[in-house]
Amino acid sequence: MTEPLQRPKRKDPLKRTRLPTQPPELRSRRSHLLTRAAAEGVFGLPGCSDCGALHYPARDTCPECLSDNITLLPCSDLGVLAGTTTVQISNNVYFRERSPWRVGLAVLDAGPRVVTHVHGDVHEGDRIRLTWRLDKSGNAVAFAEPEKPTPNMSDDAELREMTLDPKFRRVLVTDGRTALGQAVAKAFADAGAAIIFCGIADPWKPWPGEEKLKAIPGVEIMPLDVTDTDSVNDLADEIGGRVDIIVNTGEHIRPGGITDRRGVNVAREEIESGYLALMRLAQGFGPALKFRGADGVNSACAWVNVFSIYAQMAWPTYGAYSAQQAAMLGASLSLRGELRPGGVRVVHVFTGPTEDEWFQPLPPPKVSHGQIAKAVVDALRGGVEEAWVGDIAQDFRARLQQNPKALEREIGQ
Amino acid sequence: MAAGTIAHAPRKGYDGIVLAAPVTVPYARYSIESAHWWIGRALKGLTEAANIRRQDIDGFLVSSFSLFPDTAIGLTQHYGLSPRWLDHIPMGGASGVLALRKAARAVQMGDCTIAACVAGDTNHVDSFRKSLSTFSRFAQDAVFPYGSGGPNASFALICSNYMRMYGATREDFGKIAVAQRSNALKTPHALMKKPLTLDEYMSARLIADPIGLFDCVMPCAGAEAFLVMREETAKALGLPFARLLSTIERHNAYAEDAIQHRGGWTVDIAELYEMAGITPDRLSFIQTYDDYPVISLMQFEDLGLCKKGEAKDFIRQHSLTYDGTCPHNTSGGQLSVGQAGCAGGTLGTVEAIRQLTGQQLGGKVANARYGIVSGFGMITYDRGLASCAAILGAA
Repeated sequence: MTEPLQRPKRKDPLKRTRLPTQPPELRSRRSHLLTRAAAEGVFGLPGCSDCGALHYPARDTCPECLSDNITLLPCSDLGVLAGTTTVQISNNVYFRERSPWRVGLAVLDAGPRVVTHVHGDVHEGDRIRLTWRLDKSGNAVAFAEPEKPTPNMSDDAELREMTLDPKFRRVLVTDGRTALGQAVAKAFADAGAAIIFCGIADPWKPWPGEEKLKAIPGVEIMPLDVTDTDSVNDLADEIGGRVDIIVNTGEHIRPGGITDRRGVNVAREEIESGYLALMRLAQGFGPALKFRGADGVNSACAWVNVFSIYAQMAWPTYGAYSAQQAAMLGASLSLRGELRPGGVRVVHVFTGPTEDEWFQPLPPPKVSHGQIAKAVVDALRGGVEEAWVGDIAQDFRARLQQNPKALEREIGQ
Repeated sequence: MAAGTIAHAPRKGYDGIVLAAPVTVPYARYSIESAHWWIGRALKGLTEAANIRRQDIDGFLVSSFSLFPDTAIGLTQHYGLSPRWLDHIPMGGASGVLALRKAARAVQMGDCTIAACVAGDTNHVDSFRKSLSTFSRFAQDAVFPYGSGGPNASFALICSNYMRMYGATREDFGKIAVAQRSNALKTPHALMKKPLTLDEYMSARLIADPIGLFDCVMPCAGAEAFLVMREETAKALGLPFARLLSTIERHNAYAEDAIQHRGGWTVDIAELYEMAGITPDRLSFIQTYDDYPVISLMQFEDLGLCKKGEAKDFIRQHSLTYDGTCPHNTSGGQLSVGQAGCAGGTLGTVEAIRQLTGQQLGGKVANARYGIVSGFGMITYDRGLASCAAILGAA
């Protein structure tokens, strides 16, 4: 049984911070089929689309029929842990710092044998469930977990290296004025976050939901105006070294395509409050996050950006907003690459139109802020990099993957 | 012709093919020299041992992992060789047997007259870690990111499975390690020169359970080499020689076994003894690939010295030192001499030639008549892919 994690003591500020190191990150191109699976939280094995044979490790040629049609095929994630060992002496600094480290060999019901990380609750001969996880290098690794959940399972030290679990971590929600920010704050409190800093621009001005937000355990209201560089830097100076997860909940939704408006003032506001805000936050909080990626139980671990699905394909009815979201997505992809060496993962949560007043004329189904907040916490607990919330977003994603050109024509119909 | 009906041509023997001029460049734990240097020293050693000029070497085969960016072809210019037969086989633990196998056919068919087979690798301070992380694509994708324990972790899984399946114990592995250390005490260039007791073996720290410190070889720099030629050439040069009687190789056998507990030898073992014209009881010594002792146990079985699963009983009944009832890894093997990359895979071959020609550096096997050398290796994912063996005879 997994020992429940203890809340970490306050850190002595004079103590040296352990710098992030990485497990080996080199992978073949084909093997990134699994990185994609891990990023999306799905299971499957590399296999041959011609003959159906599954293989592991990923090959470029099918060893059954020599076809080159290799792709990720869905299959059972169950199997047996055929053997385990505990590595006491590792050749890699990351593992040396974390040794002893358990690994094993899983024989999957689907056939292939997979060298895997091993959850503390499973032992030689046990039935296991195999998942693909992203490790601190950002690449897929196999993880053998108990077939059925066990108590405190997510507190397992090896598993917590792969996930971004909010438990005992300190979160910054960038905009506590929005319904989304408030829902996210509540979800983090429920998930056991130690502190939930909620950014509020001009906190002396009252805002809807203020009392409820302040009543959430662990919430601390912080002055933060993401359109003001000094404000962002001031807060980063004050709490940057104590923030483990950032959730960017800023929203600025306005209808209209790019031909519908006169002038660019609205667009400028959109860019100011979205794209440039993300950049200010990245400059203010990014360096400290990257520095603290290996700082113990409550190390810095994640940056979550909530995007509209229209970041991936413009919807002309909300064309300027789509463009703002696309600009933010571009910046966020760069942020992902910049934070990865620090062991900090950038998570994208895509949502369809929400129950926001600016989406008022749209028909259902719409996504509630509570749903998005849950998706954010689930993504962190699951350690994924991409999550799609709600039916509209799932439908959009399927259509985008199948034929982006079709989606471009269909959008808004 | 339908699949499965293709007939194999009968194999021809190695009549008149001999091995001579065993050369070992004394090992070093770490070296500032390159693989080119180590292979060059071995080549020089060959010319001295056989009293020939470099120009007389018209066949050249190299085994090395650390030659990058060169391969064997670049070495011809480096050493001023102009061979008419050239090969490069970076095949680790299978290097020695595979080298003699290829060179023997080249000499037999007249493609060359004197083939120099050289295995050598260097070992810089950080080169072991670097070579592990890029050893194979499968290791890079699917092994090294898991604890980066290197072969220790991979063989730990093989070892614990073997123990479960066949009831072998750590004491059995310890007997191999202790006997080899005792052999190594007589071998001048062995890196491990302190006597080892079973107690020390058993109480050594665990590296990746059940693999303990003395189950592991020590990576080092070194080179091993020998010449392959026709018997009349050896006689004309006045060289002591050993006869090549038979060989086998088999790769990626038993892919269906969940965890490796046997090697490809068993597929072809009958042919090995048949071609040599002897039975296992006629062997004067056995040189197994001993990275790790469990793999030596597997070879005792798969090479036909005992039944599957009974290696533990076999070694309990025998003494394994060079003067014992079953002389095994008579120079001390890689466990005690060191593992010099591909040279580690050639150590057994060179030691077998030494014993059969009376040129041993350490302990002498009395009346050595026949010997078997076995190669194994290239664990690119979860198992050693290569297995091979050769039987040599005294002149």
